[in-house]
Amino acid sequence: MNIFVDYLLTAIPLGMTFLYGCVGEILTEKAGHLNLGIPGIMCVGGASGCLALKYLSTLGLPAFVLVILSIIAAFVGGIAMGLIYCFLTVTLKSNQNVTGLAMTTFGVGVTKFVMSGLAENGGMGYLYARDYFRYPFAQSTTSLKLCGVMVYLAVVIALAAAFVLSRTRVGLHLRAVGENPATADAVGINVTKYKYVATCIGSGIAALGGLFYIMDYSGSYEAYKSIEALGWLSVALVIFTIWRPLVSIFGSAIFGALYLAGSHLPTLLGVRFDMSVTPLLQLLPYIVTIIVLIVTSIRNKRENQPPASLGLPYFREER
Amino acid sequence: MEKKLALELKGVSKYFGKLAANKNVDLDVYRGEILAILGENGCGKTTLMNMIAGIYYPDEGTIYVDGNEAVIRSPKDAFAHGIGMIHQHFKLVDVFSAAQNIILGINDGKRYNISEVNAKVKTIADKYGFVIDPAKKIHEMSVSEKQTVEILKVLYRGADILILDEPSAVLTPQETEKLFAVLRKMRDDGKSILIITHKLHEVMSISDRVAVFRKGEHIATVNTAETSPAQLTEMMVGKKVELNIDRPDPENVEGRLFVKNLSLTDTEGIKLLDDISFVANSGEILGIAGIAGSGQRELLESIAGLSGHIEGEIIYHNPKTGEVESLRDKNPVQIRELGVRLSFVPEDRLGMGLVGNMDLVDNMMLRSYSKGRSLFVDRKKPKSLAERIVKDLQVATPGTGTPVRRLSGGNVQKVLVGREIAASPTVLMAAYPVRGLDINSSYTIYNLLTEQKKKGVAVIFVGEDLDVLVELCDRIMVICAGKITGVVDGRSTTKEEIGLLMTKTDTSYSDSEGGKGE
Repeated sequence: MNIFVDYLLTAIPLGMTFLYGCVGEILTEKAGHLNLGIPGIMCVGGASGCLALKYLSTLGLPAFVLVILSIIAAFVGGIAMGLIYCFLTVTLKSNQNVTGLAMTTFGVGVTKFVMSGLAENGGMGYLYARDYFRYPFAQSTTSLKLCGVMVYLAVVIALAAAFVLSRTRVGLHLRAVGENPATADAVGINVTKYKYVATCIGSGIAALGGLFYIMDYSGSYEAYKSIEALGWLSVALVIFTIWRPLVSIFGSAIFGALYLAGSHLPTLLGVRFDMSVTPLLQLLPYIVTIIVLIVTSIRNKRENQPPASLGLPYFREER
Repeated sequence: MEKKLALELKGVSKYFGKLAANKNVDLDVYRGEILAILGENGCGKTTLMNMIAGIYYPDEGTIYVDGNEAVIRSPKDAFAHGIGMIHQHFKLVDVFSAAQNIILGINDGKRYNISEVNAKVKTIADKYGFVIDPAKKIHEMSVSEKQTVEILKVLYRGADILILDEPSAVLTPQETEKLFAVLRKMRDDGKSILIITHKLHEVMSISDRVAVFRKGEHIATVNTAETSPAQLTEMMVGKKVELNIDRPDPENVEGRLFVKNLSLTDTEGIKLLDDISFVANSGEILGIAGIAGSGQRELLESIAGLSGHIEGEIIYHNPKTGEVESLRDKNPVQIRELGVRLSFVPEDRLGMGLVGNMDLVDNMMLRSYSKGRSLFVDRKKPKSLAERIVKDLQVATPGTGTPVRRLSGGNVQKVLVGREIAASPTVLMAAYPVRGLDINSSYTIYNLLTEQKKKGVAVIFVGEDLDVLVELCDRIMVICAGKITGVVDGRSTTKEEIGLLMTKTDTSYSDSEGGKGE
């Protein structure tokens, strides 16, 4: 039983990485923009958070202020990436897929530059802050110590996103923009503003996932290298959760569990797998996503489809 | 009853490039009246209404609402003046409920509470006699329900000047009657209603006054009670213009294409084609006249094998083999090989006929690439064909290596028709081949079609300019709302006759309206 609890308690926090990326991407996609730059944005989030920690740690600030400031730094880093993406896809109306992929390449590269720069200057000291992120369970001796403040933040953000999307006028307008921008425009909704704000906030939220993964989940210098792969899973999770932030809370835990199946299933089931099987097991989240895609496509329920104008630039002049 | 002026237009003009969509239009609309806006395609009705509704801004002239000058730069401004437009193509979010669509974009500072909105929508609906479930999702709705939502959307915003763009185009006669009942109720409530329509019997039955437009100009506004469909048609089509298109008498006329009881229903259950039967003869130009969207495109696509499930028969008499073949069982490639050519559909001129980014030679190859035997394509023959077309049809192009999209509209159409004719077709279908062309290019196309006719090709010509149809075609088939309303002889008919047929809908329905539609 203990093994199972351990499995869950590593899977759920890992899932939170996906949750940040997923909620961020849902907000973006609800505005009609497919942001494939999410993996890069998550990397940049991690890098900017660590950068902030390194330079703030010398100021002797209280621990919780440090945590908050680095979270803000990651958020701002994400927004900066979001702004670049928005300028290209909303204002210049460039192809969203190409732009997104470029953003990922760019983000991963920048992150590598920053993080290896930090390492060379002997700056890995930012890792000391990990315990602060694990608040309030840092001193706990049980597995609960794996659940830090950012785990709760992720759930709160997902709940807030779900509320805004389904229960507020802003959410209604945002969904209208993603479904049918011409209609939204005709009733006086500022389409460009909604696209910019939703995409930038979404990018900011996704960026927190990167910081969480480095500072909380893994707490190692090398961690930034695996963020990109997790970012792609976040994008897959959006499809898995059929564009619903509430579902994504559970979906992220499932994805976390599936992703870790390779290392935990053997002990759990009492069998031994060959090492070479582990990467195959890591494919599970993708396979599940494909199954979800097939099922929703076959059922073809209108509510479970992506926003109708996802990926299409909006030209007002068209008539 | 004394009427108050609700809306007044003075000297309103709108230009698209050099083309005047509206020229110096004056129009008065009173409170508590239904004004029908009548005119042929492209006469500027919709452009004018779009200016009132804030989609376009007039280049010249002034709009007055309730006697005060109104600057309407956006649909929002229009709403502020109490003006709302119900477009032909609904602007609704599919996955939202009716009520969600209705309140979309309204920021009244109140908390978002969908059940309150539902109640308010219900109240408005009950007041005018609409039947609607505010919580129903748009994608589950029928077309008439969607239209109801559009009207409610406008009413919810407090509009008292309503513009409806061809509201009955998508409705069944019964639904139309219901809509008209609601509109009359709104009129009695003091609202001003402008209704764009092509259907004369509807004009006669619903409107108080009719404003007739022709070629961007407001011809006259008359009281419905004091006019007749014949008079309105005359105002609508205008005097006949002599074009002097060469029209030799048909020779060796024999039935080439027999269409029998052809029907086509779209996914929403609307009949796009309804029991169409006709014969296209060789050595003859068969004109098809009708208001845009009456089923012309669907008819040609059905013959070319591009439509899905059609009912009825399309029989082709092959002049080479003398065999009788059914086109229904054949795929588009086989139909083309038989010599049935669909030459253009300019609603999407490049999309269906040519590839814009490819040059002339490549576009020629689009029809012949499968003929080659070897692994590599043969560019020699297409190149000589392209050169021949450029020379014969005087296509203005730097060379055959120029991407088609860089050519002007007229030249693109010459390339397209040249390619189809080069395959020596037996049936040539051309839809609006001269749309957007200058006079010279138009005559080139007319002559091309006449030449094909002389060669014994059965030419089907879909046109919108009645003057051209009357002078070019040997027979003219008129369709309205997917039905044939008449086949007339091109040499003896008049524009008025065709105009009346174009706007004539189901006779049994107009009979119930007191026979006014005839």
